[in-house]
Amino acid sequence: MTRYLPLLITAAVFVLGYGICAAQFPAFLSTRVVANLLTDNAFLGVVAVGMTLVIISGGIDLSVGSVIGFTTVFLALAIDRWGVPPFLAFFLAFVIAGLFGAAMGGVIHAFDMPPFIVTLAGMFLARGAAFLLSTESIPIRSPAYDWITETSFRLPGGGRLTIVAIIMLIVFIIGGVLLHFTRFGANIYALGGSRVSTGLMGIRVGRNTVAIYACSGALAGLAGIVFSLYTSSGYSLSAVGIELDAIAAVVIGGTLLTGGYGFIAGAFLGVMMQGLIQTYINFDGSLSSWWTKIATGILLFLFIALQQATLTISARATRRTSTARPAGSPIAGVARTAS
Amino acid sequence: MSPRFLRAGAPQIAAFVALLLIDWQVSPQFFDLRMQDGRLFGSLVDVFNRGTPVALLSLGMVLVIATRGIDLSVGAVMAIAGAIAASLADSHSLPIVLVAALGAGLLCGAWNGMLVAVFGIQPIIATLILMVAGRGVAQLITQGRIVTFNSPDLAWFGNGAIAGVPVPVALTIAVLLLTLAAVRGTALGLLIEATGANAKASALAGVETRGTTFAVYVWSGFCAALAGIVAAADILGADANNAGLWLELDAILAVVIAGSSLLGGRFSPSLAVLGAFIIQAMNTGILLSGFRPEFNLIVKAGVVMAVLLLQSPKLTWMSGRLARGPA
Repeated sequence: MTRYLPLLITAAVFVLGYGICAAQFPAFLSTRVVANLLTDNAFLGVVAVGMTLVIISGGIDLSVGSVIGFTTVFLALAIDRWGVPPFLAFFLAFVIAGLFGAAMGGVIHAFDMPPFIVTLAGMFLARGAAFLLSTESIPIRSPAYDWITETSFRLPGGGRLTIVAIIMLIVFIIGGVLLHFTRFGANIYALGGSRVSTGLMGIRVGRNTVAIYACSGALAGLAGIVFSLYTSSGYSLSAVGIELDAIAAVVIGGTLLTGGYGFIAGAFLGVMMQGLIQTYINFDGSLSSWWTKIATGILLFLFIALQQATLTISARATRRTSTARPAGSPIAGVARTAS
Repeated sequence: MSPRFLRAGAPQIAAFVALLLIDWQVSPQFFDLRMQDGRLFGSLVDVFNRGTPVALLSLGMVLVIATRGIDLSVGAVMAIAGAIAASLADSHSLPIVLVAALGAGLLCGAWNGMLVAVFGIQPIIATLILMVAGRGVAQLITQGRIVTFNSPDLAWFGNGAIAGVPVPVALTIAVLLLTLAAVRGTALGLLIEATGANAKASALAGVETRGTTFAVYVWSGFCAALAGIVAAADILGADANNAGLWLELDAILAVVIAGSSLLGGRFSPSLAVLGAFIIQAMNTGILLSGFRPEFNLIVKAGVVMAVLLLQSPKLTWMSGRLARGPA
């Protein structure tokens, strides 16, 4: 049960927050608000899934925002200027972003370098590449875009579940299955627990590292596709700073930044929590947008403090009953100090 | 310049000189200097002047990284300090403005230091909180507007000169000397390196690792606030959205170029400052060459990768084997 405690607390806080919002503005209970919450945060959600995989493996990916920016410019040029069919352009963007992530993973593993710095270089590189393609905002005119943005499923109550929202939900489900029910997912947890032990266990660290960063890159590419659908344009400065929102979402969702512990569902709650704050501020009207940043910071702090407290308490419990708890227990695994 | 600095920093000094020569090739007037209103002007002076904010940030960052930490919040702290300085400049006297802005920096540093040293939170996360929230706080101070001021006292920090040397550059030199006096003149540097190399062992050996860690974050906050004051004085205003944006990454880059290990335990403040000026010489060169400034980021990425590959333990190991020849 302790294993799910951070996740349950996040869920409880979200429900409580939603309740407070709904008490003040009854419209929060309508499916319109719910559907908008999903649509408006779809790209952040897609990125957060990749970020969760990377962070649980003990790494970090700072390049995702730049990859989104690059992808939107690439799509705009490909579809609007070069006449590439939209779905082929989506596929190409997805593959390029995935290869870019794989390359970063390869460098991290091959040269034994800190992910923070490698993906920082990746961040400069992808943003620079986007600038080189074009520094202007390019509108995308394409029947396929019109079709995708206009298609939606009506929910009872008037909400519209858009395609991008559905994409995000599907990505969360696939991500959850991948992380929690496959061998690859188990390897990700193992890597986050201890890279060295994982290697000694016979798991191929290099191949998994490349795969993890390839996933994150490809999902950033997908988020770029979602972002370009959302805005119907490509701009090299789009999604600046999204990596921090994604990291914040993952942390608020209860995943440990030291790696080895976390849930996909947590990232979903983290994304929705940030969306909720934003929506509340929009509803209120008198609060300014910078309160979103301050509120996110406060939430981030509360959740980190909470994680720290749970860790301390469980570490104390582990020490008291050191023989009772199996060594593979997730809490025992994360109680180690950051390396 | 001690011989030790020259020996350890040979690649960085060579890189800086090479970049200056390239800049000179690109723009023949690069080394031209002239005096105007008691202040030196010229492209070379500009490199130092424009590199100042990052140089100040890197002086704080280098000590943080030496303790195996990282401070992501420096850009946001710059924005906060700049916002405070700009909004107080016209209504209060200079000492009050400086105390308020620097005090805010110290406070931010103390917050980070408390999270890292007392609560044991990973530095990257602890400082992420202020990085996210700090810019919001800065916007709160300026109410989302770009606050401008007319106070010549504060403006002096951007465009003044001391004996011909622009104030920002003089300030950087002063802070560098102060840092060097603290870390090389006393045992502080040793304590910082010990904390970074192995915090647990150092604590067991009697090093006050908590206090040391706390102090470096406070120092980083102070340096960031100084950089924020210089940046605000430079444009005679504070833009909470864009002041110091991404400069935390440039500061980390400067420290990495300086050859400080991100794994802690080894650092050089002088080389970190040189690293900041290397980045600026690179930026200036790209601008002077008429290349689109968009190339800036690509070049930066290339430099980061090159420096990292050179530092990478695996590559050192491989080159060591190559030098020794096949076994």
